[in-house]
Amino acid sequence: MWRRRLTCLFGGEEKRVDSRTIHAGRGSSPVADAFPQQKFCDNRIVSSKYTIWNFLPKNLFEQFRRIANFYFLIIFLVQVIVDTPTSPVTSGLPLFFVITVTAIKQGYEDWLRHKADNEVNKYPVTVLEDGKRVGKESEKIKVGDVVEVLEDETFPCDLVLLQSSRDDDTCFVTTASLDGESNHKTHYTVPDTVKDVESLHATIECEQPQPDLYKFVGRMHIRRDGQETAVRSLGPENLLLKGATLKNTKKIYGVAVYTGMETKMALNYQGKSQKRSVVEKSINAFLIVYLCLLVSKAFVCTTLKYVWQNQHGQDEPWYNPKTQQERDTNLYLKMFTDFLSFMVLFNFIIPVSMYVTVEMQKFLGSFFITWDKDFFDPEVQEGALVNTSDLNEELGQVEYIFTDKTGTLTENNMEFIECCIDGFQYKNHKFLTETDGLCETDGPITITLNKAPEELEELFLRALCLCHTVQVKESQPVDEIDGVVLDQVDGFSPSPEDQCAFIASSPDEVALVKGAMTHGFTFIGSDSKSMKIRNRDNRVEVYELLHVLNFDPVRRRMSVIVKSESGEVLLFCKGADSSIFPRVRKEEVDRIRVHVERDAKEGYRTLCVAYKRLGNEDFARVDAELREARLSLHDREEKLMAVYNQVETDMILIGATAVEDRLQDRAAETMEALQGAGMKVWVLTGDKMETAKSTCYACRLFQRGTELLELTVGALGEGEGKREERLLELLLEYHKRVVHDTPPSKTGLHRTWSSPGQDYGLIVDGATLSLLLNASPDGTGSHYKNLFLKICQSCTSVLCCRMAPLQKAQIVRMVKSSKGSPITLSVGDGANDVSMILEAHVGIGIKGKEGRQAVRNSDYAIPKLKHLKKLLLVHGHLYYVRIAHLVQYFFYKNLCFILPQFLYQFYCGYSQLPLYDAAYLTMYNICFTSMPILAYSLFEQHISIDTLLDHAALYREVAKNAMLRWGPFFYWTMLGVFHGLLFFFGVYCVFSNPALLPSGQVFGNWTFGTIVFTILVFTVTIKLALDTRHWTWINHFVIWGSLAFYILFSFFWGGITWPFLEQQRLYFVFINMLSSMSAWLAIMLLIVLSLLPDVLLVALRRPRGRNTRQIAAVTPLSYKHLKEREW
Amino acid sequence: MMASSYNAKEEDGHHSVSAASGPSAGPSAKSKKPDNTAFKQQRLPAWQPILTAGTVLPAFFIIGLIFIPIGIGLFVTSNNIREFEVDYTGVDASSPCFTCSQTYSWNSSIPCKCAVSFSLEQPFESNVFMYYGLSNFYQNHRRYVKSRDDSQLNGDKASLRNPSKECEPYRSHDNKPIAPCGAIANSLFNDTLELFYIDPNGTRTQIPLVKKGIAWWTDKHVKFRNPGGNNFNLTVVFQGTTKPVNWRKYVYELDTDPENNGFVNEDFIVWMRTAALPTFRKLYRIIQKKSNMTPTLPRGNYTLDVTYNYPVRSFEGRKRMILSTISWMGGKNPFLGIAYITVGSVCFFLGVVLLIIHHKYGNRNNSADIPN
Repeated sequence: MWRRRLTCLFGGEEKRVDSRTIHAGRGSSPVADAFPQQKFCDNRIVSSKYTIWNFLPKNLFEQFRRIANFYFLIIFLVQVIVDTPTSPVTSGLPLFFVITVTAIKQGYEDWLRHKADNEVNKYPVTVLEDGKRVGKESEKIKVGDVVEVLEDETFPCDLVLLQSSRDDDTCFVTTASLDGESNHKTHYTVPDTVKDVESLHATIECEQPQPDLYKFVGRMHIRRDGQETAVRSLGPENLLLKGATLKNTKKIYGVAVYTGMETKMALNYQGKSQKRSVVEKSINAFLIVYLCLLVSKAFVCTTLKYVWQNQHGQDEPWYNPKTQQERDTNLYLKMFTDFLSFMVLFNFIIPVSMYVTVEMQKFLGSFFITWDKDFFDPEVQEGALVNTSDLNEELGQVEYIFTDKTGTLTENNMEFIECCIDGFQYKNHKFLTETDGLCETDGPITITLNKAPEELEELFLRALCLCHTVQVKESQPVDEIDGVVLDQVDGFSPSPEDQCAFIASSPDEVALVKGAMTHGFTFIGSDSKSMKIRNRDNRVEVYELLHVLNFDPVRRRMSVIVKSESGEVLLFCKGADSSIFPRVRKEEVDRIRVHVERDAKEGYRTLCVAYKRLGNEDFARVDAELREARLSLHDREEKLMAVYNQVETDMILIGATAVEDRLQDRAAETMEALQGAGMKVWVLTGDKMETAKSTCYACRLFQRGTELLELTVGALGEGEGKREERLLELLLEYHKRVVHDTPPSKTGLHRTWSSPGQDYGLIVDGATLSLLLNASPDGTGSHYKNLFLKICQSCTSVLCCRMAPLQKAQIVRMVKSSKGSPITLSVGDGANDVSMILEAHVGIGIKGKEGRQAVRNSDYAIPKLKHLKKLLLVHGHLYYVRIAHLVQYFFYKNLCFILPQFLYQFYCGYSQLPLYDAAYLTMYNICFTSMPILAYSLFEQHISIDTLLDHAALYREVAKNAMLRWGPFFYWTMLGVFHGLLFFFGVYCVFSNPALLPSGQVFGNWTFGTIVFTILVFTVTIKLALDTRHWTWINHFVIWGSLAFYILFSFFWGGITWPFLEQQRLYFVFINMLSSMSAWLAIMLLIVLSLLPDVLLVALRRPRGRNTRQIAAVTPLSYKHLKEREW
Repeated sequence: MMASSYNAKEEDGHHSVSAASGPSAGPSAKSKKPDNTAFKQQRLPAWQPILTAGTVLPAFFIIGLIFIPIGIGLFVTSNNIREFEVDYTGVDASSPCFTCSQTYSWNSSIPCKCAVSFSLEQPFESNVFMYYGLSNFYQNHRRYVKSRDDSQLNGDKASLRNPSKECEPYRSHDNKPIAPCGAIANSLFNDTLELFYIDPNGTRTQIPLVKKGIAWWTDKHVKFRNPGGNNFNLTVVFQGTTKPVNWRKYVYELDTDPENNGFVNEDFIVWMRTAALPTFRKLYRIIQKKSNMTPTLPRGNYTLDVTYNYPVRSFEGRKRMILSTISWMGGKNPFLGIAYITVGSVCFFLGVVLLIIHHKYGNRNNSADIPN
């Protein structure tokens, strides 16, 4: 990015212009002076962040931008500058460790990026220069160079296609590495440039680089000697993107338009926005509490110090004089440094190691998701994918699930079921036999009692065969076909006819083309200008393809304009009923609408097919308009849309098709389990209401007894003005019904839990939603929204149909920002779900058929919907419990670590004498107590995986951040305070007579600290051991290992006079301590006493806890009982 | 103690029916398919202790049963320890050391002496340990604690000539390095205590006080060493250094016994181990038992002769002399015994209460379970 900015800065450009001008065919641009020569970036891709020179400063700067690191740096600096009780090493060493590890990790990652960059940048390419082919390194390509690319090579930069080796002036590419779609896409050469690439003189005007992969507008001025300049429009179909791979085409030539960091791939190479988990927010809240605690402790100590020093003879007794320097220091400065010293002394209460441990737990923990073989899907041949490890615990907190329908709830595995032509129904016999499981002879037979006129029938089938963007995969060596979805139907042995593979961006289209095939019309293939179909009489019909009016989700339809062999110009249009019906003659609609609605109700996806004959004049006008719109540089989309809308009117409806999309494996069971876990499932789909509704029934999101509340255009009736009133009416009515009828306590999370009465389901459609959300902003708007939200929140399930992708995100945002800010999760598989995946707290991508965009943008990707159950109920739950315990435990153990040190200040004249030796201060969090909690937070299963899977209701136990709310935090804090007090005053009482050795010798202050520290280490470790419910050998190893290590270390540390130490404070202290029976007994007593409350709580709480678990096991929400209740 | 179930899950086998991926699982599948190991599938064999009232109950009883006897043992032991304490600070005008405490000055060459008489009601049978105790003396003040040079005390010659900066302001005096340097050494307790037994017939018998064995063995033999070893003439070794400001003698004049002179003087070593709390005691002398027949200190009247050198009035301090016998648990300290008895009884009591609760709950549980 930087480089790009710089290049643009130094580009010699006074002002940024909206378009760039490129001279194709370098060195031979006679009219170069006519345009100011623009300078562009070179073709070097820089994805690395650092260079060798700036690595250290830049990396350090970035690391210290994190609040925690900065805080520790400050503490460290204070220790270095001010005379503080602990040496800078105690906090410098951990900080140095953290910083170094992070720097090494980031450096390594950057080195990998450098390597990858180099590989791309040094890739050899062939460039045409002055008519000669010259080999170059990829990074040397300049804008305007004509580049040659061979089959299976990736494009080195964004190219405008000039010449292709294929006869039809097309080439095929896959953009698998860009958006994950592995199908072949057709790109077209710019007309008229085909013949003479080497002597090309052309100027390309195109827009400035922008990241949208599917947008490109430009114009090409082609000059030829003695001819007038020809102008050709350029669109995305002419642009070959860097990163895409050339397929099925021997060789192409293209002119570079965007290079290096300005290519669309590079522009898309941006990190996603960081999502932060609730746990992290809780940590920060706790951190503030502890920071306050720290500051107040330091403040109390400083104040008391000066109060105490004012007493007679205490400030400077004869035995302990100050140095001259100390006496000279200003009082207030002294107070300030004292305050800082206390801060430093108590700073261990907020440990560096917690951040490290949390990071490690998240990073390592996420491997268990990747490793889980239950997530492995034999069909996709992949397991789960973790894109971010920051959100593991968020999976255990989900309250709202937003799921896409197509491809997520359903398989996106389309089957042509039936069609209806002019009101007569045609069933696909072949499919019927399959579903019934009967072995009838199958074949392309249509059973029809009443047949539509044959003419119409054929027109309909021709429409199906022509109105699409499907391609026929050319017969290739078998191994190449392998990668392509040969046949959309799994398990069917393809009949000979099926063997030609269709490639399309949408499986619907393939299903339709195949449907037409079973009815006798076969699509054979197309090139850029014509389409061939074989009709029932086995005769090949060739149509000249004049225009394709592409599909887009707003129009929800697509059209083609073709010229038949008889010279007739026809427009075929297919699309959603809602977008077709208003555009056809009214009288035909009713007959077909019946069928469409019936089909939709059965859960099929319906499309309507219409056609229109264009007279010569009409066509000429349309043709001109389309061309003009395509040539325009600005607002091309809008202009095209306008033309499309204008063309697609007054059509004649021929029929409708029904395509089935089967439910995903175990979709219903999964949904039920998730609902049982207290999550609310919202289905957000672009599909039409009836289809979506039936899917919801099939998934048991709606039950028989569910009362459906509809907020749809249908329910609102017609008329713009009345709509809003009617909407308000409905909202109020529903609100009354849903919210007021059920006692408030039963709304929210626990609704089905205890309300045996009425379940409500809400259906809302896109139009109504936009009415709701965009309602007049005079206050009623928010009122609507609130009412709507309240209704939604008390419904079991909500179905939102007819959603545009952006509306999906809007809904997610609305729920996300509602009261209590519930945790949302979005599941989707397609590009249209990306917005909601990015919007939700957790985005889950399904590795489906609609490309990989959802997966790329998701936080977690799973192969199938059914895996969501284990991901949330098991992994989410466990991770939440683990990390919540980790966080609480960390705060607890540092509180009871530092509290004795705080208390000791009262007995050492507030002189900041540390209670523990520096080695213990440093090692406590790093070595003695870190491993057991890390092992716990990785391996703990307080409830076994199988139980969690079987009893979804257990998920509710941790809902609403249950373990990290102020209640548990208070409990842990109290526990820490209790332990801290106990450790200190217990040992204090023992030390009322310091002659604890059987030889009558006495112990000093370092023995005091060592005894407290020993009790501390043992207590916090055993406390964790008591909390551990799942003891693998690793837990045993680290828990007992840590304790053993502590003892060994103490022996070692005290056993030698260390030459690098100024004072041999701990010399033989530990061993002498162990030779005192009293010390042993005191240690044992205090450990037992501090753990007693915990054990007692266990004893008191457990019986009740077990009861609830038993209740949970037989709760009416469990799958079985729901089923029983239903019947 | 705990009802536990050793739940060893099979590493492989029944759970994973991988037949579904059979035909299609080619070589490419192998790389992507997660390994089916117990570790990666989070199915490591694990001990899953279930803590319930039932399992915790015995723990309470066991703790009670162990702690109460220990507590009683400690309590009895502590009670059997004879301890006598006398404050000789001389705060009251009536106390014998009042004059000494008032007229004190560092420079006076004639030491002030006073005698404190006391009587022991009971004989001290075994070895008696004599402590001096100081109150409100912050030996654990940070400035004080760090004001020493351990390498100097360990016999390092370089440090002897050039003590650590931490010793300031007692680093050098009259341009000579101080040995031993620092505030701790400078404030060495220098009262001399002598104990006399007053026979019923009035004769004063001095009780022999042993000054060896009062410091930690490792301190005396490893941590503290005279420069140049013990055989040298210490006067020569310490030449070029000066005594701490408040001392009357040089460090090589502390004792006549070369084993107990210089840095390895045990009184000095004991003092150098800084106390944990502002009120502390330090071992001063040991009175060894002579024979099995007579008690070490028979009951009767005693006099403590004090050479009053150490001023404590300026910081409201107190000085004590403590005579104590020692048991396996050290000096007298009733706290541990009482704490053990208390904790033990509380545990036992809780155990009983829990047993009752558990009994009732358990019954209710069972009856509630039956309808299900």
